[in-house]
Amino acid sequence: MTEIKASMAGSVWKLTVGTGEKVEPDQDIVILESMKMEIPIATETGGTVKELKVTEGDFVNEADVIAIIE
Amino acid sequence: MTYTDDLQNRVDQIKKGGQEKYHRKNEEKGKLFVRRRLELLFDEDMDIEDALFANNMDDGLPSDGVVTGIGRVNGQDVCIMANDSTVKAGSWGKRTVEKIIRIQETAAKLEIPMLYLVDSAGARITDQVEMFPGRRGAGRIFHNQIKLAGRVPQVCLLFGPSAAGGAYIPAFCDIVVMVDGNASMYLGSPRMAEKVIGEKVSLEEMGGANMHCSVSGVGDVLVQSEEEAITYTRSYLTYFPANFRNKPGVTDPVDVQAFEKSITDLIPENQNAPFNMYDFINRIIDEDSFCEVKKKFAPELITGLARINGKSVGIIANQPRVKGGVLFPDSADKSAKFIQLCDAFNIPLLFLMDIPGFMIGTKVEQAGIIRHGAKMLAAMSEATVPKISVVVRKAYGAGLYAMAGPAFEPDACLALPTAQIAVMGPEAAVNAVYANKIAELPEEERPAFIKEKQEEYKDNIDIYRLASEMVIDAIVEPNDLRNELTKRYKIYEAKNATFTDRKHGVYPV
Repeated sequence: MTEIKASMAGSVWKLTVGTGEKVEPDQDIVILESMKMEIPIATETGGTVKELKVTEGDFVNEADVIAIIE
Repeated sequence: MTYTDDLQNRVDQIKKGGQEKYHRKNEEKGKLFVRRRLELLFDEDMDIEDALFANNMDDGLPSDGVVTGIGRVNGQDVCIMANDSTVKAGSWGKRTVEKIIRIQETAAKLEIPMLYLVDSAGARITDQVEMFPGRRGAGRIFHNQIKLAGRVPQVCLLFGPSAAGGAYIPAFCDIVVMVDGNASMYLGSPRMAEKVIGEKVSLEEMGGANMHCSVSGVGDVLVQSEEEAITYTRSYLTYFPANFRNKPGVTDPVDVQAFEKSITDLIPENQNAPFNMYDFINRIIDEDSFCEVKKKFAPELITGLARINGKSVGIIANQPRVKGGVLFPDSADKSAKFIQLCDAFNIPLLFLMDIPGFMIGTKVEQAGIIRHGAKMLAAMSEATVPKISVVVRKAYGAGLYAMAGPAFEPDACLALPTAQIAVMGPEAAVNAVYANKIAELPEEERPAFIKEKQEEYKDNIDIYRLASEMVIDAIVEPNDLRNELTKRYKIYEAKNATFTDRKHGVYPV
């Protein structure tokens, strides 16, 4: 089980995967918006998206868990 | 037995190092014997070894647990000290310390690089009066390192622990290469942490190679084996001269790697969309010449050595793919040391800008982002080597300043046609200036008003307008950037600048 964490504070702009979806290493999971920039958050490990902890528009702080990959 | 046989026997015995069981223990951990490490490091055998007989009257302490001498790396003489962890875990006695001090003094006299191959448990407490407090105690090792810093390259290859006071050897080196799983640095061991402050923690978590290379930033390069550490070090040194008086060596020019996509294809039109700066770097440097420093630490900023047309250059580049390329306290800190490293050894600098600015918010303010940012600006400003900045895309706010903007005496500030220089981006600026006005408007009229103001703003910061005002020195066709840089670095080689007249600055550390 891998926790995917926000690399910096910002708001969730786009979810690029859905729960239950298979993901490859380095695949983007969500795209945050921060400092007017698109900030892609990728998973280092492959697997299945077990849980998405955020929805579009949510504010996240640095190190908040965004998703869980199994 | 003749005198010569006796001598040879003693030499052979000493060169075997410590007891067999400690050799086996090291082998199990994937650690090489100190003399094997040196064989791999040097072009040929080590040329000179001093104080092989140190402490030879004591049976259990061959060479007092450290090898010191001079050998050649890429044809260049270098001084080394290398702990022998088969001898009392590489701990420091009186003569160990004296040997290290002497080889440092030799490096200073000859002005040649000093390499530290560290694998040591720290001070021998039983010898503390002789090796700890005095004029030629361990403190002198660090004093010498600080004096050598910027005079000759100093590299630490960390193969095992570097404990307590010993952890300052890596700290004062230009660069620390750490072997994953075996290398560690800490002031107090996990056992001590539990006893003294009640913290239960693993060695890996508190002082492991991965932690130091990605979290603390005390380590610079994480490698998987000792062989890899040595290969990296040999390659790293090719970018450097022997000392600050000389320029780095020049290699035969190598063409840039061939890619299907050109630089123009690479850069997204939308300033806010990310792209991978490594792809950009690989399109302007000699193929396979990138030697990255601190890859895992603060990856929103890339720092590394490379060659352009056979000549060394130090690259500082924003990475829009990570954290939007925004500068954080750690990335500012990372670049400050890298800039000083390059400037000290006459390696020209190249700044590649695509930066929305410094991070804002409570977290970074509490972490002191202002003083860390100031540190980066100071290092960049003081650098007198040939210095070129390239505005690849956006350069907003203090980001422009930190990345060698026009006010900081770069030899040239170049822009690509995709460049955008401003106090802030159009979205943020329109919000800042027209917030009240926007609030007053009926909701349906707001998007059109915002769009109109953003367009006006974009015209105002148009790169051709800035070129007309001579803010930048040239607008360069992206696919021609490598040629432009080659020409300019060749011409700027003649530069001979000193920053200003004083003892030294007061650093905003």
